Amino acid sequence: MAQKKTHRPSADDPEVERIPLQAVLLADSFAQKFRPITLERPKVLLPLVNAPMIDYTLAWLESVGVDEVFVFCCAHSQQVKSYLENSQWTKQPGVFSVATIESHDAISAGDALRVIHEHGVIRGDFILISGDTVSNMSLAKALYEHKERRKKDPHAVMTMIIKQSKPSVLTHQTRLGDDEIVMAIDPETKELLYYEDKVDLSQRLILLDKMLLVENGAISLHNDKQDCYVDICSLGVLDLFVDNFDYQHLRRHFVKGLLVDDIMGCKIFTHEIQSSYAARVDNFKSYDTISKDIVQRWTYPFVPDVRYLGNGLQIKLDREGIYKAPDVVQSRSAHIDAFTVLGNATTVGDNTKISNSVIGQGCIIGHNVVIEGSFVWDNVTIEDGCKLSHALICDGVHLREGVILEPGVIISFKVEVGQNIVVPTYSKVSLLPQPSKQDSDEELEYADSNTGAIESTSMATVMNTSKLDFALGTSDANISGKPEFQGSGPGYIWSSSEGGTEEECRQSIAPIPAGKLLELLQSKISDNNAPDQDMIITPASGELLPDSESTFGDGDDDREYVDFEKEVEATFQRGLTGVEKENVILEINSLRLSCNMEQADCAGALFHSIMKQALVAPYSCKNELYANTIKEIIKWGDLLKHYLTTTDEEFEVILKFEDICSGTTRDFAPLFSNILTFLYDKEILSEKAILSWAQEKEGADESDKIFTKQAEQFIKWLREAPEEDDEDDADA
Amino acid sequence: MPDIQALVNDFILKLKRRKIEGSQATARQTAELLRAVVSHQRLPYTNQALALLDAVRDIGEQLIAANPVELAVGNIVRRVLHIIREEDLTSVASAVDGLGLSTNSDDDDNFEHDDHPILSAAAVAAAARSTLRAPSLQTLLEGLPESALAPRPSSSGGDSEGKSKSAERKKLKHDVIEAINELIQDIETCHEQISEQAVGLIHQNEVILTLGRSKTVKEFLFAANEKKRSFRVFIAEGAPRYQGHVLAKELVAKGLQTTVITDSAVFAMISRVNMVIVGAHAIMANGGVIAPVGINMVALAAQRHAVPFVVVAGAHKLCPLYPHNPEVLLNDLQCPSDLLDFGEFSDCMDFSTSGGSPLLHVVNPAFDFIPSKLVSLFVTDTGGHSPSYMYRLIADYYSSDDFVVERRIKS
Repeated sequence: MAQKKTHRPSADDPEVERIPLQAVLLADSFAQKFRPITLERPKVLLPLVNAPMIDYTLAWLESVGVDEVFVFCCAHSQQVKSYLENSQWTKQPGVFSVATIESHDAISAGDALRVIHEHGVIRGDFILISGDTVSNMSLAKALYEHKERRKKDPHAVMTMIIKQSKPSVLTHQTRLGDDEIVMAIDPETKELLYYEDKVDLSQRLILLDKMLLVENGAISLHNDKQDCYVDICSLGVLDLFVDNFDYQHLRRHFVKGLLVDDIMGCKIFTHEIQSSYAARVDNFKSYDTISKDIVQRWTYPFVPDVRYLGNGLQIKLDREGIYKAPDVVQSRSAHIDAFTVLGNATTVGDNTKISNSVIGQGCIIGHNVVIEGSFVWDNVTIEDGCKLSHALICDGVHLREGVILEPGVIISFKVEVGQNIVVPTYSKVSLLPQPSKQDSDEELEYADSNTGAIESTSMATVMNTSKLDFALGTSDANISGKPEFQGSGPGYIWSSSEGGTEEECRQSIAPIPAGKLLELLQSKISDNNAPDQDMIITPASGELLPDSESTFGDGDDDREYVDFEKEVEATFQRGLTGVEKENVILEINSLRLSCNMEQADCAGALFHSIMKQALVAPYSCKNELYANTIKEIIKWGDLLKHYLTTTDEEFEVILKFEDICSGTTRDFAPLFSNILTFLYDKEILSEKAILSWAQEKEGADESDKIFTKQAEQFIKWLREAPEEDDEDDADA
Repeated sequence: MPDIQALVNDFILKLKRRKIEGSQATARQTAELLRAVVSHQRLPYTNQALALLDAVRDIGEQLIAANPVELAVGNIVRRVLHIIREEDLTSVASAVDGLGLSTNSDDDDNFEHDDHPILSAAAVAAAARSTLRAPSLQTLLEGLPESALAPRPSSSGGDSEGKSKSAERKKLKHDVIEAINELIQDIETCHEQISEQAVGLIHQNEVILTLGRSKTVKEFLFAANEKKRSFRVFIAEGAPRYQGHVLAKELVAKGLQTTVITDSAVFAMISRVNMVIVGAHAIMANGGVIAPVGINMVALAAQRHAVPFVVVAGAHKLCPLYPHNPEVLLNDLQCPSDLLDFGEFSDCMDFSTSGGSPLLHVVNPAFDFIPSKLVSLFVTDTGGHSPSYMYRLIADYYSSDDFVVERRIKS
């Protein structure tokens, strides 16, 4: 019997058994959108419809057949670790294993991936996901496609999962509160060609690189796609992050970097999921939206009444999407409306109305309370007559009689709000003070906190009259200890941390106020007076660009190349004085990017520098020069090889060499054939490159043929060379 | 025991995550698990049946709670409990003489060792009564304080007695396992058993209508086809999963004349149909049926045109509970993306502009409830039965003490 059981999973999906599928789960969003809540608890442990977000992600990973999950924790890593240790995920039998990787100095997803690379635990393709993702898609097809592509083209490093989701016409943002994303995708191969998440809406214009149109037969541009932030990556992605140590953000730096700079020819592909669900909790708006999606069962089977996650209590689903945990005490006159979740052991008093809300465990809700569209976490006490609309209330909060929370209010852990207080729209209340500086923009921050202080003093006066809790600026007050002061406790009203009110209302839990919508509508109508022009401009700009630039492109290129060559030489010289080889590579890489050069250009320039170096040492006859050259080539061969990944680049080196011999330093001319042979022996140049060079030159003028003639014998030998050489060449 | 606990947890996880598809597979695996539980259960010298019942009930409760939608789990747990009771009864009945003797010897022992002779005497008297009054296992289960019975084994008198007891203990366990094996056999062969009756029900040149895809129905039709009955099948496609399409393919592969219609065309076509045959998710104690969504409509149409409505289902789908029982979860609401493409409708669900409350609501229930008056005939592995006969089948398969598995544990 026991054996039978253990065999079963392997029979189900033998694919998974052969290569363990790994996943990297980033249990830190490296953003501050959920402050002040995240000061006290990591984002992945915040409850989403009464189950921690990370449970949704882990449950999904488990259901798609992932064998090993590496949870990367940074902020509040201890909390994440202890949660995982006590959860079902580490206890349950079977192949699914969850391990944590901890680092305290990572400040971005890029850092996290570099740390993971150091650990060396990833052995093959892996799923990169953030711990706040909710999904129910099946990954089999995407994985299969990814693997097939990898077989054909090792440069296909990543498959990005996208999903159709129409952005709102009015606000130009997705239903998750992100800005709308514009993507260009090759309709045939599904290769991602362009990715822009910060579209300038005022211009109603996007700029495409002309090369996109030159290089691709067809492009489809989308603005109705939602990025699910689920990626299937190959091992190469980690290497890319290590090589490009300035990559921080997964999309802004990595994806755009690959697309714009064409690093090592790496390509990103997309996989669009059709009916299944995937979304990431990025801000308060998406928290609200995804919660509602879960309640509406789009994430089935990850819904409250299927006991996939959470504390294992049987939650019953009544009509109209009302979920009730077993020990709910509900007054007969209480009115529970559609799409509401009531957590375990929650009490609801007389004549209380709750609609579209999620109430956590052990909450006590008094009489005549109105709660709509709000999220109330565990052990919250709401006294009689409170009104909550579109608010988020964390664990242990106490709202005294008659408190009114206006839309978009966030109340962090254990705050106590006194009688009849009205908490204004979009305010965030926490027991912890707002950190004075978060970013480099100190000045801005300072101004912000000033306005906050003014706002809150006015609040404080209101509160004093009704003996209230927001004692402002009492930084030495007992912060974490006892919020249940006799009537008043310390608290801080946070000023809005980023953006103006624009950003606030876009990303808040509350719906966008009607007035704001009207404004947007009007601006849209006024825009519409000249929309036709805009419409034409958008596609036209793409077509026009190529002509306008290419006309003066050539002359420009030459000058740029000379500059570039000089820079490379300078870098190379620094290499001579003892700078590490890796750093030289890095510097040349960055030079290449900044000058917009090809890999082949680097190879050529580097080769030029090496040859120059050979001339530095004194020589009297050509034999000495040959010896010098060989010494230098041996010394720098590795560096050069780094850039010689394809025949194109090698070809470029030969041409460069020819240039040097015929032009700047004629001393090399008689040695051309010898050095060429040597380069071939050292596997720096491949047979293929040399032959294609010879072929190219066959049709050229006599004057151009000097060197081919000189190398004639060598080329002849190559042509007749036995096949076995091919194996060596393959490595080069 | 640890390996058993691991097995149980593994199975519970699978149930929770709905990884086991289909009532039959669930039923078989539940029975196999319970067999393992019984065979690993260490039994005391006395009250073996009670110990076994407790163990099975304990695990059964967890299993039922793991996936309340799949009623087959509860059915099998109750069947196994019933088996244990039955086996215990027969063994008690056969051992009445031996027990009668042993109670006498126990009497002596108890008076020697027990601190509370009076209580113990009462206990022994009760035990004696229960052994004489063969079928009243109930008194044994409900009444007797454990403390009164516990001393008996520790003070067991002669060697011969101990031997006979251990033999008896092994016998009970052995019998129970045998009976569970038979149950598993029954579950595995239920399709064949049902299919055997196909020839008797499907006549030449009839038109059969079904909805969706049920494995039992498929086997049933195949069996009739193999016996050279020629008949035609209308298949309502069974939105939103369209399993009817799959069934149509399978039937055509076997050379059956098949017509696929939409669910909404059922009423139009029903007048040409001679018989409706459908599968079921569960048959309730009152003869009502829980079946895939859409079948109630078919049943009503069939009644309107006086077409016989036949439900084919294995005995493991027979549930001793009534549909109004609060513990019966009648329905399972599944993912709305079966109905709608999320991407196409995402703009209808933008909460930031629609005032915060969802205006679009998609409901995708898995099941229908068909009242017993609409059902003409049930075909189970034991033959054809009318809905009013269900109570008798249930009395055969289940013991009324087990109807509520959970309550007893809690109290």
